Amino acid sequence: MKLLSDEPVTTYTVGDVEPGPPCCDPVPHLRVTNLSVAYDATTVLDDVSLDINKGCITALIGPSGCGKTSFLSALNRLTDLIPGARVQGRIQFEDTNLLGADVDVMALRRRIGMIFQKPNPFPLSIRRNLELPLREHGVHHRDQLAHKIETALRDVGLWHEVSNRLDSPALALSGGQQQRLCIARALILEPTILLMDEPCSALDPISSGVVEELIQRLRGRYTVVIVTHNLAQARRIANYAAFFWMKERVGKLIEFGRSQCLFETPINPLTAAYVAGVSG
Amino acid sequence: MSDRAFTHAIWGAALLVACTFFWLLGDLIWRGVPHLSWQFFISAPSNAGRAGGIAPILVSTLLILAVAMAAAIPLGLGAAVWLAEYAQHKVALGRAVRLSLDVLAGVPSIVFGLFGNAFFSMFLGLGFSILSGGLTLACMILPIFIRTSEAGLSSIGADWRQSAAALGMTRATALWHILLRAAAPSIVAGFILGMGRATAETAALIFTSGYVDRMPGSLSDSGRSLAVHIYDLSMNVTGGDAAAYASALVLVLLIVAINSSAFALSDRWMTRRITLS
Amino acid sequence: MISSRRNSLSQWNADQRLAPLLALLAAGAALILLLVVGFLIHEAWPVLNAGGWQRFFADDNWYPLEGRFGLLSMVWATFAAAFGAVLLAVPLGLAGAIFQCFYAPPAIAKLYRSVLALLAGIPSVVYGLWGLTVLVPLVAHWQPLGTSLLSAILILALMILPTVTLTSATALGAVPKSLLNGAAALGLTQKGTILGVTVPAARNGILSGILLATVRALGETMAVLMVAGNVVQNPTSLFEPVRVLTANIALEMAYATGTHRAGLFASGLLLTSLVLLLAWLAARVTDNLRHV
Repeated sequence: MKLLSDEPVTTYTVGDVEPGPPCCDPVPHLRVTNLSVAYDATTVLDDVSLDINKGCITALIGPSGCGKTSFLSALNRLTDLIPGARVQGRIQFEDTNLLGADVDVMALRRRIGMIFQKPNPFPLSIRRNLELPLREHGVHHRDQLAHKIETALRDVGLWHEVSNRLDSPALALSGGQQQRLCIARALILEPTILLMDEPCSALDPISSGVVEELIQRLRGRYTVVIVTHNLAQARRIANYAAFFWMKERVGKLIEFGRSQCLFETPINPLTAAYVAGVSG
Repeated sequence: MSDRAFTHAIWGAALLVACTFFWLLGDLIWRGVPHLSWQFFISAPSNAGRAGGIAPILVSTLLILAVAMAAAIPLGLGAAVWLAEYAQHKVALGRAVRLSLDVLAGVPSIVFGLFGNAFFSMFLGLGFSILSGGLTLACMILPIFIRTSEAGLSSIGADWRQSAAALGMTRATALWHILLRAAAPSIVAGFILGMGRATAETAALIFTSGYVDRMPGSLSDSGRSLAVHIYDLSMNVTGGDAAAYASALVLVLLIVAINSSAFALSDRWMTRRITLS
Repeated sequence: MISSRRNSLSQWNADQRLAPLLALLAAGAALILLLVVGFLIHEAWPVLNAGGWQRFFADDNWYPLEGRFGLLSMVWATFAAAFGAVLLAVPLGLAGAIFQCFYAPPAIAKLYRSVLALLAGIPSVVYGLWGLTVLVPLVAHWQPLGTSLLSAILILALMILPTVTLTSATALGAVPKSLLNGAAALGLTQKGTILGVTVPAARNGILSGILLATVRALGETMAVLMVAGNVVQNPTSLFEPVRVLTANIALEMAYATGTHRAGLFASGLLLTSLVLLLAWLAARVTDNLRHV
């Protein structure tokens, strides 16, 4: 069994660090080649190849149903949960093909965290929400747990809001707080890549703004892949953008490039129409 | 029939039904209460049950229920979890298990009695014992317990399963720490539904746990359940009616207590859910 | 880079083992049915093997000690008691459901509902006790003996009434309000709306409730055993005692041995087949109605 390895344990606070370097010298963190996803006989995503660059924010845009979420789920093998899902192609992460049969999926998902559209904290206390994944990955020492929980909550700016009620139910938090708790829950495992599936779309405008600002501050420290329907948001935060579109009922990657280029000087007419149509 | 006559007919039918039922309940209380006393609960039956109390019978009833639950809960919970969480990968087997459980739910209780007698009492050599009776009841209540628990687990959305998986948690952890806890109200409801049915059962117990009305010394002793006691008093003992009604009142109160605790639990769960989400 | 073998691998393996373990438990639960049917056949085999299943219908009467295993009169008695009870319980139950959904003031409807829920949970042996001590003497006043098909029908009807009412009320309550408003807008009377629109719209739920109740009536042992008189004969009059299949098993198992015991298991097999056949038909009927 081939195993993914852990990087040396470092603790840091996102809040106090400057955003990372602008991505002028792209280093691929994930190399996706010829990725196809099918559910039973229906192909939903066909032959996608692109590089996700380290420390950058890559936005996936396009209409609903064109395979963006399937693409995202393939990156951390969440497609394994869906009966009948078949994923073909290659996703190179460090020296491993993530789609290989011998990959330790649990370790992989520790390295590649995921945030969902709807905030989904477990029906447990705030503390238990953060503790459970840590214990699952072998952290049992009390002081270490407490330290990591505080760090993660500070990272997402939630510490001051909840430090005095860590043992109250997480579901009692507001929607925006719940989503930031979910981000903290992903960060606490110290992943290097974060996958976000429309993390702001279920939130009210103010909470959405707070979460967006948080995502901005993750830049440089984490590689972020974000699905968003909000083109303005993609424009504000993304270094790279990938445009997906349905062709003959199958999702395809139409254009991929620097976000600025894709939004301002798109090459493909489909991209141009979509960017102009939705934003203008 | 005019609209007015129809209205009268509906009210009449409802009134008839209500009166009959209050008559039944009234008789139960009217005839049962005089025979009830503290002594009735703590003494053994004497004179074939006409006098004395029901202490050993209560103990046997509770032991039979305990055996039934101890057998049904692990088996049922395991099966329910498999049906709700894993069966989508083995569609044919899942369908077979569900069909088999639905058919089992329709088997008359006296047939469970026959089966229990042939399998537990004779084939496994458990004889007429609390163990045989409890295990027979376990088979009987398994379908309802499994299907109720499965429904509870299935009604939990995919959110928590997905996020647990995305955090690299094993399915076992997700199940134990999150899903089973979230489905606890349904599991408890299924458990209590099964308990109610087991407590009321007579036919399946006559030939498995038997008639003996002494205090059971162990689980391999025969023990008479409360329902069997009522049956025996009313059919085989002349002059046993007063004691039979008192026992019936105790049995009904026991079942009401079980049922209302189920309602209270699900109510508390509902309010908690609403205030939190 | 350090491998994460220690933690994740062992947990992953535990997870891999969990699925087969749970599948085993599920299969175990499913196998109980096979076990039940298997043991019934195994125990009934001496009789089935010796004379074939036809003898249960060909033999003139039930004298198991003389090797005569005619079940037919008990089958008829079972059907007579069950269908008599259903015939009585359906109109009353449906009326009760309509009362609860459309006529009763909310407080009374709620009371009605909780009384019925309470009665649905009362053990059959308690119904039997009440039938034996209250109903049978009443019937005996009218026609001597009292323990009869009529008493069995009355007690069974009482037992299944809550099931019929509660399931019908649920089905009636699920009919969309817009349908009722539409009927009211057409100027239908309340009776017209209920009989013409609501009940037909809820027929699936009502029907499956009735079939559920029928299954319960067919399989009931104690209540019938205690009031029916238990004489093996064809049900020719409402006031004659009869013996149903379930009661026969309960009465004779205590002392049956050899082929007699085998005959009882065979009658259990027959009873189960009857009940399951009805349940299957019920599923077919409701399925078909759904497609109309």
